[in-house]
Amino acid sequence: MLADHLPSALDLARSQFAFTVVWHFLFPAFTIGLASYLAVLEAFWLATGRDIYLDTYRYWLKIFAVAFAMGVVSGLVMSYQFGTNWSVFSDKTAPVLGPLLGYEVLTAFFLEAGFLGVMLFGLERVGRRLHFLATALVAGGTLLSAFWILSANSWMQTPAGHGLDAEGRFVPESWWAVIFNPSFPYRFAHTVTAAYLTTAMIVGAVGAWHLLRDRFNPRARLMFSMAMWMAAIVAPVQLVLGDLHGGNTYHHQPAKVAAMEGHFESERRAPSILFGWPDAESGSTKWQVGIPGLASLYLAHDLDAEVTGLKALPRDTWPTNLPLVFWAFRVMVGLGLLMIGLGLCSLYLRWKDRLYETPWLHRFAVAMGPSGLVAVTAGWVVTEAGRQPFTVYGLLRTADSLSPVAAPAVATSLAAFAVVYFAVFGAGIWYLMHLFNQAPRPHEPGPPVGQPVRTAGITPAPALAADPRPTPAE
Amino acid sequence: MSVDLTLIWAVLIATAVFLYVAMDGFDLGIGILFPALPHKVDRDVMVNSVAPVWDGNETWLVLGGGGLFAAFPLAYVTILPALYMPLILMLLALVFRGVAFEMRFRVTTPRGQLAWDRAFSWGSYVATFCQGIALGAFVQGIRVEGRAYAGGWWDWLTPFSLLTGFALVVGYGLLGACWLIWKTEGDLQRRAYALARPLGLATLVAIAVVSATMLAVSAAFRERWLGLPGMAIGAPVPVLVGLLAWRFAGALERREEIMPFLCALGVFLLSYVGLGISMWPHIVPPDITIWQAATHPKSQAFLLYGAAVLVPLVLTYTAYVYWLFRGKVTAGAGYH
Repeated sequence: MLADHLPSALDLARSQFAFTVVWHFLFPAFTIGLASYLAVLEAFWLATGRDIYLDTYRYWLKIFAVAFAMGVVSGLVMSYQFGTNWSVFSDKTAPVLGPLLGYEVLTAFFLEAGFLGVMLFGLERVGRRLHFLATALVAGGTLLSAFWILSANSWMQTPAGHGLDAEGRFVPESWWAVIFNPSFPYRFAHTVTAAYLTTAMIVGAVGAWHLLRDRFNPRARLMFSMAMWMAAIVAPVQLVLGDLHGGNTYHHQPAKVAAMEGHFESERRAPSILFGWPDAESGSTKWQVGIPGLASLYLAHDLDAEVTGLKALPRDTWPTNLPLVFWAFRVMVGLGLLMIGLGLCSLYLRWKDRLYETPWLHRFAVAMGPSGLVAVTAGWVVTEAGRQPFTVYGLLRTADSLSPVAAPAVATSLAAFAVVYFAVFGAGIWYLMHLFNQAPRPHEPGPPVGQPVRTAGITPAPALAADPRPTPAE
Repeated sequence: MSVDLTLIWAVLIATAVFLYVAMDGFDLGIGILFPALPHKVDRDVMVNSVAPVWDGNETWLVLGGGGLFAAFPLAYVTILPALYMPLILMLLALVFRGVAFEMRFRVTTPRGQLAWDRAFSWGSYVATFCQGIALGAFVQGIRVEGRAYAGGWWDWLTPFSLLTGFALVVGYGLLGACWLIWKTEGDLQRRAYALARPLGLATLVAIAVVSATMLAVSAAFRERWLGLPGMAIGAPVPVLVGLLAWRFAGALERREEIMPFLCALGVFLLSYVGLGISMWPHIVPPDITIWQAATHPKSQAFLLYGAAVLVPLVLTYTAYVYWLFRGKVTAGAGYH
């Protein structure tokens, strides 16, 4: 039968969710860190009065506006997709997740309508202190937004604080327990740190790009130096946070960790498998290359501890795509190690006083520009694909979460999303690259005064064009 | 419990949706009027007149969707799958239109400009038409079995939903024309006056045809509007529409500037109230009431704390932005 070879509505709906959420998260992964970076730059400017901080602030502010707007627009689609494609999931979890997502919407909405406008266009209107307050509030707000959305996601991974009503729906019993469910603190710390590193990699790459052209540009030096401090300090911290998060996952979602590690058998002195191909059919990881005992050490912090393998768990609770989880995890960790390497190189060259004079370091930093985005995406693939075959871990299966959708309808919408997203966000990213490519200058023009307060435009490009040329409307 | 949280949430979400319709209506209307106003200077003024506010307008749509999920999940999970195609097409059109909005100022060649103008206009038409279709399909009723949508993938496509689709295009066009009367001057304003009259007439005809069709096809509607006590409650609505239409015509005659826009908004509000009377107390016609669709009381209460603080702040800020950008928009002094 031909129909047997066509993707099911479930597969298509999952693809559509994966496609739209990956596109969406690229933007907040960058802007969460960038908002904080802007707040730090403005604080330095207020403290020292040196123009270099304001110029660098303005340079990144233009970029922030575009990236933030694309995050808002792609997020709009997400808020409807739960209902269109995952209506059974939405129905069963709404009493618990509805208010969490509601708070996320209200927070984002409020910031967008309020302080972002002041931040973008208000420096001359409201004065320095109030403007700094707006920047700090936007930075805090992006974190608050992340707080709610990650709480909701963590609840799906480690549900807590709920009961079940007569119709099988999850109902809240303790909001505290729902919001601060067991994996939330770890996920929040790990994700926000990842966002900071993502920003550091992009800022560092842009700084390095301009140092390769003109190693004396003080603004390029400033952003490169700050980014390299972040890489040197925060990337190792992230390794520790990731280990803690992994330990938490091992405790609550053993199947996910077994998939990440490629462990089928439960064993003492479990090896850390570096490479291989986990094969669910044969129940083994083929062609594996590993280090004996290491996994016991970092998962249980005891060389002789037994590490649970997949075969100790019911077959129908194994993640559905083992190689995906296994390899996404390796991509994430590998890029994380490269970031630590970049940080160490920068420390050494800083100590040797050659931070701004070493082109290979700058090329390395440029190459690492997208690494944060890739690592963050890979990390989400690990945790989401690792949660399968459940939407609410252990309690609600993905197959039982789907809307009564027909495959052709989902296929059509998936195709439409693909076309529109590549066109729209492709143009947006192209424009961002154009902004990155412009050297940060003294007296960097900010968003000009007298512009409308356009807070959520997809690309507030004309208002923010770095070269102040007359626009057609003038 | 003495306070009915369900009712509070119903009013809140209904308000958010109306604010969306009223505010995004006129800026979608600007795109709908593009074919009638082909000159670049005029189009720049038109787009500039909504530039400071259009994206804020659209955020109410997010609040409507998010609020529905949080407060009335059963409505969210039955209406959205039922209206899958028109809703997704609408979202894509809004995304597309948003980009066109910005890009038409970035391109420098007349050809590029024309292409983005077309994209802007088409995006506005598609988004509006899909909203109208979604409205019509929703009013006609959604087939629910158990707690899930039980209809087919093309149920939304009916002669009636196409009718409401066209009606909304005409109605948003009217809002756009009235907005231009208010915000512009000179030749463009004269053209807007000239467009407002036929569009106003067409809107009235559309309202009448939609109402008559509903009465003709639905026994429930006949009972609601022609029986008691529905008739007593509902009777003022058509009367007030008539009065507003008369006031509107007079306002155009006397070349008043703000009044046509207010009258048009009033007609939209009355139609919305009429819809509310027709549906009450159902949130998913024909069977599910707001109390059946409501979420757990604990969930209602928890989110209401946040909404009680943040929604008034957002409203205040929105009002401030409109005040900040009050006055006429002219060709030389665009925002861009």
